[in-house]
Amino acid sequence: MRASRNLWLGGLLTAVFSLAAVISFAWVPYDVTKLDIGAKLLSPSWAHPLGTDHFGRDILSMIMVGARTSIAVAIVAVGIGMALGVPLGLAAAARKGSLLDEVIMRGNDLIFAFPSLLIAIMITAVFGASAVNAIIAIGIFNIPVFARLVRGAALSLWTRDFVLAARVSGKGPVRISAEHILPNVTNLLIVQGTIQFSLGILAEAALSYVGLGAQPPLPSWGRMLADAQTMFSFKPHLAIFPGLAILLTVLGLNLMGDGLRDLLDPRLRRAQR
Amino acid sequence: MLRFVLGRLVSLTLSLFVASVVIFLFVEVVPGDPAAYMLGLNAQEDTLEALREQLGLSGTLWERYSSWILGMLQGDFGTSYTYRTPVAEMIADRMWISLPLALYALALSTLIAFPAGIWAASKRGSLVDTGIMGLTQLGVAIPNFWFAMLMVLIFAINLRWFSAGGFAGWEAGFWPAMKSLTLPAIALALPQASILARVMRSSLLDTLGEDYIRTARAKGLTRAQALWRHALRNALIPVLTIIGLQFSFLIAGGIIIENVFYLPGLGRMIFQSIAARDLIVVESVVMLLVFAVILVNFAVDIAYAVVDPRLRVRA
Repeated sequence: MRASRNLWLGGLLTAVFSLAAVISFAWVPYDVTKLDIGAKLLSPSWAHPLGTDHFGRDILSMIMVGARTSIAVAIVAVGIGMALGVPLGLAAAARKGSLLDEVIMRGNDLIFAFPSLLIAIMITAVFGASAVNAIIAIGIFNIPVFARLVRGAALSLWTRDFVLAARVSGKGPVRISAEHILPNVTNLLIVQGTIQFSLGILAEAALSYVGLGAQPPLPSWGRMLADAQTMFSFKPHLAIFPGLAILLTVLGLNLMGDGLRDLLDPRLRRAQR
Repeated sequence: MLRFVLGRLVSLTLSLFVASVVIFLFVEVVPGDPAAYMLGLNAQEDTLEALREQLGLSGTLWERYSSWILGMLQGDFGTSYTYRTPVAEMIADRMWISLPLALYALALSTLIAFPAGIWAASKRGSLVDTGIMGLTQLGVAIPNFWFAMLMVLIFAINLRWFSAGGFAGWEAGFWPAMKSLTLPAIALALPQASILARVMRSSLLDTLGEDYIRTARAKGLTRAQALWRHALRNALIPVLTIIGLQFSFLIAGGIIIENVFYLPGLGRMIFQSIAARDLIVVESVVMLLVFAVILVNFAVDIAYAVVDPRLRVRA
């Protein structure tokens, strides 16, 4: 019962924000690139349900367009992590105990030893602040997460009878990994992907907040909060709504991740924290 | 045990070496010559050369790397390009804000998480459990810098209990200084406390299902007695690991939170140095923080093995 409630609530929140992002391509209440100084810092009203910012831009519209940035950055970052992490994890498991395995796992440990945000800060500091560099910085830290997850799951799959049968029928490690191991770890990947996706959104918000993420023409939730920094004491709506957008999206994804985990693999409930 | 410690020590050294190479190369690929930047457009070639020499920018890649590392080992972190003061001095000054902030947050996180996790586990499935778990879901999802802004709004601007930012300074006395670190520490501690409370709860629930708890109950202990006397101590091991890992999150999180509250700590220094392209400062501070994190994780590994002999085999 509880699982499906998490899944529903999380799915709903996620759907709302994904929809807002998709709709923003076709329509937004107000153009976010047009400045209207006459309408600056308006409190929420019927014309502007979430108020306007210091340039007179509609906050609802900015949150809708900002959802695009957050989701795009997080999706690509998770994509990088999966595209590199999954093959590495599969390879490490297929060659368990070999030098390859050792190198991959030590490399993972090393990336884990760095505080991720610190290195993201360093990457953006050196190569310049941009959404692309933020994606790379967040993506790098997703690689060991997926590699470790896949290796762990694949190791136990390699001992199963159906893998033995595949070996007897003459399939090599690459084909076995692709045809027999990978399909059996997809559920895990979906669940972990959801979690990493929400962490990616938080990381993107934090980087944009300190000015190292998406740059000015591109609206972003984190930067909306940074812009609000000097004004939210007398105009709280500037800070409250973008923050709520981040909170609800991340909460939605986390609940969905928990719900999916319970749904797809009840055995994981105890193993995972 | 000795073999385990030696093994961990080798991997500690290796991680530090690779980390330093990565950080060094990062800063190496940055375009631009700091010496030219410092001296301006009309600088003579020989003055430039002299300054590069002084800043440790001349010589081969390997010479520069080894002089950077050897300098750090002797406490010489180089000279800031913009402030022209030793980086080590700047770090020493700022450390007295960042380190107390991280420790304060760690203490708060533990103080909140332990009772919350234990309470939730002991009343599993009840309203209390659901409530605490719901709050931790919120705590994990909330961006801590936004939570910090909300607290400023409520406690500094509306209630005027705290100042909205800045640091009173340790010379103003212990309590005023701690007071200016309180809101930042709470903001920093909240997500960590949520994670820790969840780990505490699930670890406690795992141990409560063990045979020795059933034995304790059969012997006549109540559920609460069994929990306090037998389950808690065994449940602490994963919790301690998480506390160790959280140190690295507190360091990185502190960098952002210091910016919300205008605290002149290491985090502010990193951002000011980035803005000024003062990369020697960025390089040294990042290396120092990574060193601290790797060292803490090493200490946790060792502590883990001391507490639980089964883990020594894994070395």
